[in-house]
Amino acid sequence: MQDLLKYTLRIADTSLILGQRLSEWCSKGPTLEEDIALSNISLDLFGQANGLLEYASKIDGSRTADDLAFKRNEREFYNLQICEQENGHFGDTMVRQFLCDTYFMLFYQELSKSEDETLAAIANKSIKEVSYHLRHSKNWLIRLGDGTDQSKEKVQKSIENIWKFTGEFFEMDDLDNLMYANKIGVNNIKLKDEWDIIVNQVLLEAKINRPKDSYMMTGSKKGLHTELLGKMLAEMQYLPRAYPDAKW
Amino acid sequence: MLPKHIQKNKNNKDKMTKDKSTVWEVFIQSKNGLAHKHFGNVHAEDKEMALQNARDLYTRRNEGSCIWVVKSEHIVSSVPEDETSFFDPSNDKVYRHPTFYKMPEGAKHI
Repeated sequence: MQDLLKYTLRIADTSLILGQRLSEWCSKGPTLEEDIALSNISLDLFGQANGLLEYASKIDGSRTADDLAFKRNEREFYNLQICEQENGHFGDTMVRQFLCDTYFMLFYQELSKSEDETLAAIANKSIKEVSYHLRHSKNWLIRLGDGTDQSKEKVQKSIENIWKFTGEFFEMDDLDNLMYANKIGVNNIKLKDEWDIIVNQVLLEAKINRPKDSYMMTGSKKGLHTELLGKMLAEMQYLPRAYPDAKW
Repeated sequence: MLPKHIQKNKNNKDKMTKDKSTVWEVFIQSKNGLAHKHFGNVHAEDKEMALQNARDLYTRRNEGSCIWVVKSEHIVSSVPEDETSFFDPSNDKVYRHPTFYKMPEGAKHI
């Protein structure tokens, strides 16, 4: 049970933290339309996280979904490190989003075949949302990469900065191997080929150079994070921790 | 020389026009078979962005099954000055309304 809990939390945290990051764009979007688009995507991610945290809460037996979101510390979060990276400028956000959306799409496609019915159902629901997100971020990447000299230069830099966080998508540790062997989890290594095909194709269209793989960041599966997560959690968790009985 | 406040407005207007992206009109079909209805407009730089912006702005609450976007500049509209010559002449032509027919029982929406 503890294994399934941790596995579920990894997926939930990845959605939760990316959703929290994206929500920082709310009221600051480059246009009204884009502001709403980003907030929509953020809310979709919160929805996915909520479903997964409810399930995690059921497995856990004692903590509620809110407890899991707001009362765990940094080292107990298992989101991929790419999700906690700062929004930067709009191009930075779109590059991060595109790389994540492509991964989510492939990951949920595999997870929908899981023998764990709840995870499979959440994955099925998420695929629809994520395929729209991917369409949105992909189009922006092409628009910016194949746009002006300035936009091209900026997103080229964005992808070079964030590339070191893409290694984590395809890591397999003991828990992943166990979950995969039990037909509950996903073989992340298997996602890599298709991820490469989609990413290469879009980068080609966007006239952006694919960065060379060099050192890749790692650690989130053990609860290790960049310094950015702590600050995010401080903001995200402040209210429920300061006022534990606060109600909506 | 124009009064100062008008000059300023003019400058503002020029700046606005320069920064503004294209406006697109959004039409949404709520159900298969029904006509597309005008919902509002969005700003966008290209077709795909217009479609996505329309989707994000106007179909958040399950309003639609199909979206059309059309550049606003492609819509030809009558102007208020046309109103008298366009619409008034039909005022006194009651025979254009099918009020002299008996409505068949059960016929709705006529």
